[in-house]
Amino acid sequence: MKKLLLKGGEVVKPAESKRKQADLLIIDGEIAEIGVDLEVADAKVVDVEGKIISPGLIDIHVHLREPGFGHKETIKTGTEAAAKGGFTAVAAMPNTDPVIDNQSLVKSVLAKAKQEAAVDVYQIGAITKGSQGKELAEIGLMYEEGVVAISDDGNSVMNAELMRLALKYAQDFDLTVISHCEDDNLAGDGVVNEGYYSTITGLNPIPASAEEVMVARDILLAEELGTKVHIAHISTAGAVELVRQAKSRGVDVSCEAAPHHFALTDELITSFDTNTKVNPPLRSAADVAAIKEGLADGTIDIIATDHAPHTIEEKRVEYDYAPFGISGIETALGVVLTELVEPGILSLEDALAKLTINPAQRLNLTGGNLAVGAKANLTVIDLEQEWVVEPQEFISKGKNTPFAQTELRGKAALTIVNGEVVYRD
Amino acid sequence: MVWERRSLLGLEELSKDEIELILETAKSMKDVLARPIKKVPTLQGKLVVNLFYEPSTRTSSSFSLAAKRLSADSMGLSVKKSSVVKGESLLDTAKTLQALGADAVVIRHGIPGAAKLLAEEINIPVLNAGDGVHEHPTQALLDMYTIMEKRDKIAGQKIAIVGDIKHSRVARSNIWGLNKLGAEVRVIAPKTLLPVEVERLGVEVYTDLEEGVKDVDVINLLRIQRERQDKGFFPTIREYVKFYGLRKEHLELARDNVTLMHPGPINRGIEISAELADSNQAVIEEQVTNGVAVRMALLYLLIRGGSKDEKAIT
Repeated sequence: MKKLLLKGGEVVKPAESKRKQADLLIIDGEIAEIGVDLEVADAKVVDVEGKIISPGLIDIHVHLREPGFGHKETIKTGTEAAAKGGFTAVAAMPNTDPVIDNQSLVKSVLAKAKQEAAVDVYQIGAITKGSQGKELAEIGLMYEEGVVAISDDGNSVMNAELMRLALKYAQDFDLTVISHCEDDNLAGDGVVNEGYYSTITGLNPIPASAEEVMVARDILLAEELGTKVHIAHISTAGAVELVRQAKSRGVDVSCEAAPHHFALTDELITSFDTNTKVNPPLRSAADVAAIKEGLADGTIDIIATDHAPHTIEEKRVEYDYAPFGISGIETALGVVLTELVEPGILSLEDALAKLTINPAQRLNLTGGNLAVGAKANLTVIDLEQEWVVEPQEFISKGKNTPFAQTELRGKAALTIVNGEVVYRD
Repeated sequence: MVWERRSLLGLEELSKDEIELILETAKSMKDVLARPIKKVPTLQGKLVVNLFYEPSTRTSSSFSLAAKRLSADSMGLSVKKSSVVKGESLLDTAKTLQALGADAVVIRHGIPGAAKLLAEEINIPVLNAGDGVHEHPTQALLDMYTIMEKRDKIAGQKIAIVGDIKHSRVARSNIWGLNKLGAEVRVIAPKTLLPVEVERLGVEVYTDLEEGVKDVDVINLLRIQRERQDKGFFPTIREYVKFYGLRKEHLELARDNVTLMHPGPINRGIEISAELADSNQAVIEEQVTNGVAVRMALLYLLIRGGSKDEKAIT
């Protein structure tokens, strides 16, 4: 029997909003006991004095880039980066090459993950074939192969009727449809948020309405059909308000926010640094305030990174030519703790809930809580550690971050998957 | 006042003193252009490369001529748009420029920030000759020089910029520069051709041409691109002309001796009536001449650096 004892930490159970001093014993990959002053003669002891023991963090929005874009990231590098960021599980978006839109592709990518991944990998299937928005992918067969949600992330399903059918069809499998909300016509050739900073830089603007009309549409469709829908990377004040109102009417809508959307504003684009180029774009200060408010009042259920690694060569070009995306999985926890927990916008328990139990429940994943008998996926967090973001130190192949040189406080000290230490600071 | 910047990327970043230094230096250059022999040996042996990703005969010729008047060598590096897409990157081109021994690069590019990207990569002066919808500083400086010449001063002048403000780098650079020198700037356009929050740049916003030109000293008309009609920014050219084409009757609302400007090339009968384009109040050709003087001043300041040295240009 393999025994690991975490001693001296503070155990957080986000599902119960509880936090107490306790030791935690893992035996053969399962949580065996949680209690005060545990003494286990034959266990390997890890001193986590003064640190937080959290359920393993779950990121339901990452781009691992395999197959097809191995130069940007691989399942191996992406999940090792996840482990360093404190995540014990990730859900991979299907916009690879080929797009993960059928059973055999799901099978092969999950098999590869089983071989190479440092953390648990879940796969999200495409809504439509090739994410082209034309005809439904084989959603049921992909479900049988293990997809945990469906999404055409990166593209919008512009055809409202097709989206309506997808919501209906997915309901039979209790699959959540994750909607990338962006009206293609309103977004046009846009690369940045429409506002004062798009005006002075002359960069093509994307109005807030490009996101909001689709959020409104998908809420109305879910409401009409009585199905659930999840809004990916919510970024505008108007979209948050739409979700808030829908929830108050009882619509089964959830949404996620990415760290860069509550930590950074579009003022950064005046540098013309393409690491600020992300979709949805960095928004105004008012939008950032609204995202924080939505996180605080529970409108925004989940924090997900939209980890989108790209190479330096791809990013070091004219702004319009650079791909959208931020490599965010190694900075997410630090940004959450620094921007949300430290200023008191969220309690530690509530912040961790949005990184653990909430995403787990929404996508019917195991994990997200600490319970005896559960699989030992854990993240030990050092709340006090101050560090500076150095992209060159990222494990991810994507060094593309607008957080370079940002001072953060708080970081994963230990990441445990299935009882095994996969990252240690 | 000593010139210290390596590159000229835009007017947003310049101080009032820097702009005034450029305009003063341009005056000396204009004197050179008025001589029988319009050439000085100031930049002999220096190489100025024009790197134009967008076609522009006017601006490119103006820069070439400015270089030649200062005895510098001028060469164009033709860049095919297709090769850019295929991955011949701006930064690779930058390395070529250094290897060629260029002393300054003039860049015109369709994407905002391209001049800055180039300037970050090479250690020779970069002159922004227009980067997308961001800035076109030399056009604005020649506009300001022309206003100075025609109206004696810029401070307090009421200046209207009319047309497609949303897609205009000329408008943006003019607004930054004119405001720094104390002008009262207004923009006149249909709402579809105004960028959001444009008033935060310190301009008064009008959507009615007649109201907008009331009591103005200068009217600067922007070229209207026909492709904007296709994208629905206005229904037809005919309708645009009806509401925003400048005609004689509008001048009665402005100051008596109002100055009419246009960055060219003009669409006669569209943004300005033929009659007005040929009138005494129009200074469109003088803008072209002043453009050479302003570009000479900038090449001089950026390549020679330091203060305006009268001896060097006599």
